[in-house]
Amino acid sequence: MSALTANPRLRATAAFAVMAALLVLVGFAQSWSLALAIINLCLISAIMALGVNIQWGYAGLFNVGIMGFAALGGVAALLVSMPAVPEAWAAGGVNLAFSALALIATIVAIIACMRLMRRGPGRTLAIVVLVVGGFFFIRVFYDPAVTAIEAVDSAKTGYLGGLGLPIVLSWFVGGLFAAGAAWLVGKVALGLRSDYLAIATLGISEIIITMLKNEDWLTRGVKNVTGLPRPVPYEINLQSSDRFIGWVEWLYSGRLADLGDSERAAALQQLVIENSSLFVKLCYAGLFTIVLLVVLMLSVLALNSPWGRMMRAIRDNEVSAGAMGKNVTKRHLQIFVLGSAVVGIAGAMLTTLDGQFTPGTYNPLRFTFLVWVMVIVGGSGNNLGAVIGGFLIWFMWVEAEPVGTWLMGVLTAGMAEDNRLRAHLIDSAQHMRLFVMGLLLLIVLRFSPGGLLPEVVRRQS
Amino acid sequence: MSFLTGENLTGGYGGADILKGCTVGVERGKIAVIVGPNGAGKSTAMKAMLGMLKMREGRVMLDDRDITDLSPQARVGEGMAFVPQTSNVFVGLTVQENLEMGAFLREDDISETMDQVFELFPILKDKRDQAAGELSGGQRQQVAVGRALMTRPQVLMLDEPTAGVSPIVMDELFDRILEIRQTGVAILMVEQNARQALAIADKGYVLVTGENRYTDTGEALLADPDVRKSFLGG
Amino acid sequence: MDYLIDVINALVLFSNFVLVPGLAYGSQLALGALGVTLVFGILRFANFAHGDTMAFGTMVTILLTWWLQSVGVGLGFLPTALIALPVGIAATALLVVFTDKAVYRYYRARKAVPVVFVMVSVGVMFMTNGVVRFIIGPDDRRFSDGERFLVKARTFKEVTGLSEGLAIRTTQGLTVVIAIALVVALFWFLQKTKTGKAMRAYSDNEDLALLSGINPDRIVLVTWVIAAALATIAGVLYGLDKSFKPFTYFQLLLPIFAAAIVGGIGQPVGAIVGGYVVAFSEVTITYAYKKFLIYLLPESLEPDGLMQLLSTDYKLAVSFLILVAVLLVRPTGIFSGRLL
Repeated sequence: MSALTANPRLRATAAFAVMAALLVLVGFAQSWSLALAIINLCLISAIMALGVNIQWGYAGLFNVGIMGFAALGGVAALLVSMPAVPEAWAAGGVNLAFSALALIATIVAIIACMRLMRRGPGRTLAIVVLVVGGFFFIRVFYDPAVTAIEAVDSAKTGYLGGLGLPIVLSWFVGGLFAAGAAWLVGKVALGLRSDYLAIATLGISEIIITMLKNEDWLTRGVKNVTGLPRPVPYEINLQSSDRFIGWVEWLYSGRLADLGDSERAAALQQLVIENSSLFVKLCYAGLFTIVLLVVLMLSVLALNSPWGRMMRAIRDNEVSAGAMGKNVTKRHLQIFVLGSAVVGIAGAMLTTLDGQFTPGTYNPLRFTFLVWVMVIVGGSGNNLGAVIGGFLIWFMWVEAEPVGTWLMGVLTAGMAEDNRLRAHLIDSAQHMRLFVMGLLLLIVLRFSPGGLLPEVVRRQS
Repeated sequence: MSFLTGENLTGGYGGADILKGCTVGVERGKIAVIVGPNGAGKSTAMKAMLGMLKMREGRVMLDDRDITDLSPQARVGEGMAFVPQTSNVFVGLTVQENLEMGAFLREDDISETMDQVFELFPILKDKRDQAAGELSGGQRQQVAVGRALMTRPQVLMLDEPTAGVSPIVMDELFDRILEIRQTGVAILMVEQNARQALAIADKGYVLVTGENRYTDTGEALLADPDVRKSFLGG
Repeated sequence: MDYLIDVINALVLFSNFVLVPGLAYGSQLALGALGVTLVFGILRFANFAHGDTMAFGTMVTILLTWWLQSVGVGLGFLPTALIALPVGIAATALLVVFTDKAVYRYYRARKAVPVVFVMVSVGVMFMTNGVVRFIIGPDDRRFSDGERFLVKARTFKEVTGLSEGLAIRTTQGLTVVIAIALVVALFWFLQKTKTGKAMRAYSDNEDLALLSGINPDRIVLVTWVIAAALATIAGVLYGLDKSFKPFTYFQLLLPIFAAAIVGGIGQPVGAIVGGYVVAFSEVTITYAYKKFLIYLLPESLEPDGLMQLLSTDYKLAVSFLILVAVLLVRPTGIFSGRLL
């Protein structure tokens, strides 16, 4: 045990080995399909946790709006991959373009006003007039555009659609979207006390979700966009592909050889169906692993570069770093944008995996809070820690539901079948997950603030 | 042994020791002044007396009792009052409320003490309902001293009470401190304005790098040519 | 003369849909923001758990109210929840004091940086949220009873002969009355009592307060109890006025923070003013002015749209925009609170 606590590398290896064992256990005990599904979400969670770790672990920035940045990634997936809806563009495109121009004109006018006029009540008044005037000006074009677009076959489309490009591209775009939003929030809230960033990110994430739910012309809102194109093969195509069937036949040749002809065809078909789903999940896992490794590698390199050392110096002593002439606010903005971009990438990947964009499912508990638990439990400031945190917490989150329901079943076994309390307890077991996760966060923060894999502090000679 | 004594004070803020075994003390009804160059540990010595510094060695005695292990709050309860150098008033509270807070620990009638403070600093009586943050620097120092007096302390400790006030205000403040001495309070003071401070001091301590360099009556120190040359600018 | 009646109708309409709801909502926000601002002033962190503390207190009150309703105890004209309210306050006070002892005290003793407190309060927020959902479930709950209206729209129309009615719900009247009484009591406490003055002193200058012998543990305890009372009352009034849903209470956090910051965080007066500023901004910006303008404008200029600045779905955005504007223009807020 002492070797485990002393040697960070050993500790990390042990943690990942335990995690792998847990996943294999699920594979045997429940099903491989479930194990792979968990792994895929673990990979995405790990990337999200890496993004948050960049902000918190490197710079001590508290982002309570992870959900919003992830959702921006999600909307990128939709906007990049879905085919465009030409009818909608024809109906509202021109007006929408005008409203965009009006928006740009308003912003330019406001910036000009801030640059050219002197600070004072005159300028404030001018800006207020510009904001209010601009708002109505934009809406002159915007309102008819929205009405027209949403009227286009609203049961099926009613939105502009996307660019029809490969969905993998959206992972970059999602990162860019999140980075843009982070830049805006950071500009406003960084440089003030830390609480403000927390409040501002909480606000922006709620607003992003509100917009995604209500701007039907862009996202179809709560009507959801389903059937996003995939970066990997479809099961149905695999099942009719001779090559894939050949593979399966070869893979299971031993088992198939003992069967008679008629049984054999049925068994093969069953195996092909099962394996096509596994294969698709494996493809996703491969893609996600590549992204995770790239992000992880870049994070590690950045953390150990002079830039990373400076960031940690700032985190550990903002005052003296500021006194040494480092522009702390500017550095914080950089890191906030970078971390949010990683969250955006993960958000786009998540939507890609889901194959649909459903703004109604974004929930701060599932996104913001759970990712925080991942970072803290894994080990803030340690990139591998964020990864293991992402894996372990997602695993617990998924497995807590059956365990919790089972536990409640055991606890209430003495009660009558129709006991109202029993029914209530079993129904509400899922809410205990939140409580347990909150408790876990508080316990780790207090008794083991370094987490599973604490930050490795290298002494500079 | 004096009424309040800090003996062999040794310690600092975690790093190297700032105090290296210095000793200071003050009698009832007397004024003791700690002077010395910047970084000599004057304010640190005072913080050590008040229990705001973890000491490695040494002890603090009040009226023949060892109070080394008491918290600052407990020492306030034992009759020690402290006026910090900065942030020494509640800026958002009125003058009167500042004085009331000074007497927070007292359960008895405080109006008499308050009258005494108003007698000492008449201007405060006129401004009693004004927020302390709105007062001038000199008036704020008066509020700060007045707040400390509200506990009816046996020891009054002042950390550079004249920092940043005009010479006229300084003289006025020293006059008031002399008046406070009349009431039998032991006064321990850290001062930058060494010459003026030693002039009213019954005892003076010259600290250098956390050690006692000279210790004598204020008068004698002022007369000592070495002290004059090194610390009083000739 | 006809136009004058149109103007009066327009004003009544405006009162009915903007003024009265805005006053009630503003009072609820003000009470919430007061709690946040007090905790900030004394403990120096933005308490993210405040919204869920409100939800917890409201939940306890609701459960007791249901029980009272089932055994037939009521207040007649007034909602039964008022009887249950003190128990809700007591339970919430126990909860937050327990949380302080179990969680926050440790970090206070170690003089942790504010961001750690904020993070810990986020943890507490989710735990509280879990408890509330576990006990009462995530759905909408109603618990108001008693007389629904102080002034009924129809009665108003009959009495005045106007075509627009003005309705004032009992809960709205109750909210405003209780808010005023609470604010007066709180200010009396802070300005006149020894403990209240000590709280202000502690918030003003912690070190000097310690040097004056003020006991920090007691100040913190009193602060939490007051915050719990304010949170529970705000939560119950909001729940009576609208309805109770755990997620809504979590979302109230944003307008409450906005109110506290707009007014100047750490400043009780600011919290109250901020509460009304945020509430009225929200209501006026999301109100559809169509009918209002029809009364006021000549027929030729009558609008065809709803004349709504922002859809009500965006009411959170209003709080956020106010927050951003304050951060950009005057981070200390109207009453120059502490710069967070």
